[in-house]
Amino acid sequence: MATYKSPAIRRYMIRLAVLMSLYVVLIFAAGWAFRHNDIAGIPAFALAITPALPIIGVFWAVMRLLVEESDEFIRMLQVRQCLFATGFCLTVMTIWEFLQNYDLVPAGNGGFGAAFFWFVGLGLGAVYNRVTIGTMGSCT
Amino acid sequence: MKNRLKVLRAERDWSQSDLADHLQVSRQSVNAIETGKYDPSLPLAFRIADVFGLPIEDIFLRER
Repeated sequence: MATYKSPAIRRYMIRLAVLMSLYVVLIFAAGWAFRHNDIAGIPAFALAITPALPIIGVFWAVMRLLVEESDEFIRMLQVRQCLFATGFCLTVMTIWEFLQNYDLVPAGNGGFGAAFFWFVGLGLGAVYNRVTIGTMGSCT
Repeated sequence: MKNRLKVLRAERDWSQSDLADHLQVSRQSVNAIETGKYDPSLPLAFRIADVFGLPIEDIFLRER
């Protein structure tokens, strides 16, 4: 019996792999460039933003997945996952911000920004789907 | 919403995967609809009705 495999999920996985590969290259390239060159002004801003672009690309890929997924039940699970991730991320960042406001935790984020917590939230959202609806939404 | 998907499948000796193939959806979707965890949209309900050759109201039951 043929197993239903969502073409939208397949496209998402390819996009994710490309964007994450690009991210790894750019994060190391930007770090190397800043260490070995005296970059300042607008070029420095441009270089600093470069590794952020694949991360923004992942947000785009997730939103495209929601648009392209033709299985309405799977799409509903994905939307729930995104909403859970958004709520989780906003909650963590808000609490963190207030802890910083009252100097209870150090300033800065040690590299763990909003995107990191949103992606963690996506994983937790899948678990939430599994617990409440009985499936994480895998199309295989 | 209650439905007769399981009975209708059994009458045709179809698995959830068979019905999923007919509907071009995932097996998880069929399972979620069958167990009442998910109510399908009207277009999908019509597709289900077409696959079984029955009116929608003979498949999905009003909850009173």
